[in-house]
Amino acid sequence: MSDHDVIVVGGGPAGVAAALALRAEGVGRVAIVDREPVLGGATRHCAHSPFGMREFGRVYLGAAYGRRLERDARAAGITVLTGHSVTGLGDDGTLSVAHPGGVGTLSADRVVLATGAREMPRSARMLPGDRPVGILTTGALQSYVAFHGLMPFRRPVILGSELVTLSAVLTCLTHGARPVAVLETGPVPLARAPLRWFPGVMGVPFRTGVGIVDIIGRDRVEAVRIRRGGQEEVLDCDGLLLTGRFTPEAALLWQAGHGVDRGSGGPLIDQTGRTANPRYFAAGNLLRPVETGGWAFREGRAIGRALAADLRRAPSAATTVPVAVEGPVKLVVPNIIRRGERPAAGFDRFQLRFLRPCKGTLALVIDGRPAHRLSGSWLPERRVLMPMPTAVCQADSIRFEFREDR
Amino acid sequence: MTRTTRTSAPHSCDVAVIGAGVVGCAVARRFALAGASVVVVERGADILSGASKANSAILHTGFDAPPGSLELDLVKAGREEYLSIHRDLGLSIVKTGALVCAWTDAEADGLAAIAGQGRENGIADLDVIDATAVRALMPGLAPEVRAAVEVRGEHVIDPWSAPLAYVTQALALGAKVWRGCELLSGRFDGDWLLDTSRGGLRAGAVINAAGLFGDDVDRRLGLAPDFTIRPRKGQFIVLDKAAARHVPKIVLPVPNEITKGVVICPTAFGNVLVGPTAEEQDDRTRATVETATLEMLRDHGGRLVPALRDIPVTAVYAGLRPGTEKKHYRVTARTESRAITLGGIRSTGLSAALGLAQHALRLFEAFGMPLGPPAAIPPVTVPNLTEAEPRDWQRPDHGEIVCHCEMVTRREIEAALAGPLPPGDFGGLRRRTRAGMGRCQGFYCNARLAEMTRGRFRVPLAVEPEG
Repeated sequence: MSDHDVIVVGGGPAGVAAALALRAEGVGRVAIVDREPVLGGATRHCAHSPFGMREFGRVYLGAAYGRRLERDARAAGITVLTGHSVTGLGDDGTLSVAHPGGVGTLSADRVVLATGAREMPRSARMLPGDRPVGILTTGALQSYVAFHGLMPFRRPVILGSELVTLSAVLTCLTHGARPVAVLETGPVPLARAPLRWFPGVMGVPFRTGVGIVDIIGRDRVEAVRIRRGGQEEVLDCDGLLLTGRFTPEAALLWQAGHGVDRGSGGPLIDQTGRTANPRYFAAGNLLRPVETGGWAFREGRAIGRALAADLRRAPSAATTVPVAVEGPVKLVVPNIIRRGERPAAGFDRFQLRFLRPCKGTLALVIDGRPAHRLSGSWLPERRVLMPMPTAVCQADSIRFEFREDR
Repeated sequence: MTRTTRTSAPHSCDVAVIGAGVVGCAVARRFALAGASVVVVERGADILSGASKANSAILHTGFDAPPGSLELDLVKAGREEYLSIHRDLGLSIVKTGALVCAWTDAEADGLAAIAGQGRENGIADLDVIDATAVRALMPGLAPEVRAAVEVRGEHVIDPWSAPLAYVTQALALGAKVWRGCELLSGRFDGDWLLDTSRGGLRAGAVINAAGLFGDDVDRRLGLAPDFTIRPRKGQFIVLDKAAARHVPKIVLPVPNEITKGVVICPTAFGNVLVGPTAEEQDDRTRATVETATLEMLRDHGGRLVPALRDIPVTAVYAGLRPGTEKKHYRVTARTESRAITLGGIRSTGLSAALGLAQHALRLFEAFGMPLGPPAAIPPVTVPNLTEAEPRDWQRPDHGEIVCHCEMVTRREIEAALAGPLPPGDFGGLRRRTRAGMGRCQGFYCNARLAEMTRGRFRVPLAVEPEG
């Protein structure tokens, strides 16, 4: 007998929404385990992104949103275990847990993994140069500001052009730092319109097509050498802020030997929100980098509902069919289909993303026959949605093909 | 850290050790145990600031060392001493064993000679094994592997805790470590009078363990160095702990003339590293990583162990080895001026350090300098950071976990900051605790560490407010 019906690992928007949905569906023993002292996940340090409009009908900033999540979770009778780190996933739903009192285990009939995403550090980006103090991600910068009232630099160069980059620029400007420049490696900014003019308005130059060829600094960052076209230039600075390039926080999946999808960096995930091990579900930005808190919340809620239905049965023994992608298509979620099972409201659509800017026609091909087509032009890091016909659940082969316009 | 101003009355000691790399730390320990008063002069903000901060963390057997060389003797002696003292110091050892893998017929033909040399070097516990046996030991290797020499005694250790333990033992016996202190010059007039950035130091003998600045330090001491340092850069990538299950053993290449080549190696911390490269350069301080080289290392790892292809990169680093114009160690003792130079310790320093320290003491004995009575071994242990033994987070009342990727507790960080040799910079804290060394590289914990280390480091993580 398990201690819990469901344990949710990660108390950000997706995890809390899944737990709330489970309770709303009448599931009795639900717990949220989070390694941080309070719930909220990444929203805790996002001081200027508004959260909660669609789920709570009002706006919360930063830690206030997490407090609302925690209040609602406790009010719904959910056991909230903060300061608890899950260190291992057992095949049977037994979780190894570390907490200030030592180590132990928790067990559940089903587990929801909602460990979110983080920005890729300098090492994984394989940036060249020295390795001094002062190279950080936005998440780290915002933790300096939000939790400790500190700043890691005054004149950073900022790399990236995603939505989070705007947030990073704002954090700098509102905390006495003056970014030297915002640089994007690709030919166009990845976020929609504001980024093109926003840094300009704030007096921060924004440049595309720029590569970092050297980071210079013995102790602290002193400069970065950049290349644009054939030209090299040295930008004096005291820090390098790496924004975006989110990657799922999938360490537990790797460690457990669960399937990790090459495209998304998250779990293998089926139409109901189950991973390769059908006791384990997953939701939110662990599935794919990266969506807003609101999207993660709605996704968590849908997967919580699907899980409540799944709890009434034994864990699925259905075989899985991979959903294949090709060419410039970076990822698809769900990326496996459990054969013979209807979509159970976990996902009602396929989510896709592209690796690079491209224009053409995307086709969902089921058993060799095109089932749906979508034409358009897309940028990387942007969500693409395709309908999920019920026929996928009976298919032997499912793939997305892309024909690029010439 | 407080800055000491120059004082006119110089500090006195029996032995001044220049450089607090792994060799300097081991020498300080050995001489302190022998009854000497010791001062270690280190230019960096912390110990292990030069070549010793970046290596492949292998405790070698010496199977591939040049036959009859000093290096072979000292690797063997150093390894033996490590094996006899590591438990008492709290240092662990991961008995992985190594496979010298042949990937072509030509390489396979050379394995018998490698094994033969190993036996000649006194390492009996090795065998040439065929492809089936290789893949049984390590199924993750690419199917192209032809054969290998299995060297069962090659082990993996924590390359930073070991020297920390050595120098901590020296400190417990009264040795001093002057960090952030540069040797400027020295002259011998029956005693050594050293001029440092921190003032004068009078010493009975000087031991130069200055690594990348070995020749420079000899010159500053007025000794004509008999070698020239030629820094050789090595770049590494460290793969996520998910890689460890695929790499249970050290995978060595069949060596060529220039280098032992790129190794795929489990770390004591549960990761896998791929490296080093061997790149000659003039600069003795700047060790940069280069994107194309890192990608090459990643491809190389994926070619030899295909499962590594998809595993995320946790960290990248580069180090400089103090090579010279010759391949062998450059050890010189000058009896007339009571100076010992331990130079050109280019790539086996971690394995040989304790052996080098024994050797230095033997050379020193010829100087005929009286020392105090040998000391009893002080009980010193360093915290375990490796996966081979239980970690602090598994014990109660650790406060909280600060670095989630490497499971570093608040208690461990506070202990390091309050220890007998607290870290002088952020790198020193990372090496003592592993905080910030994991897959997120500080996304979650860097700000917390900035707060916990305020006022501690010469180069702080957080900048001071302007104005």
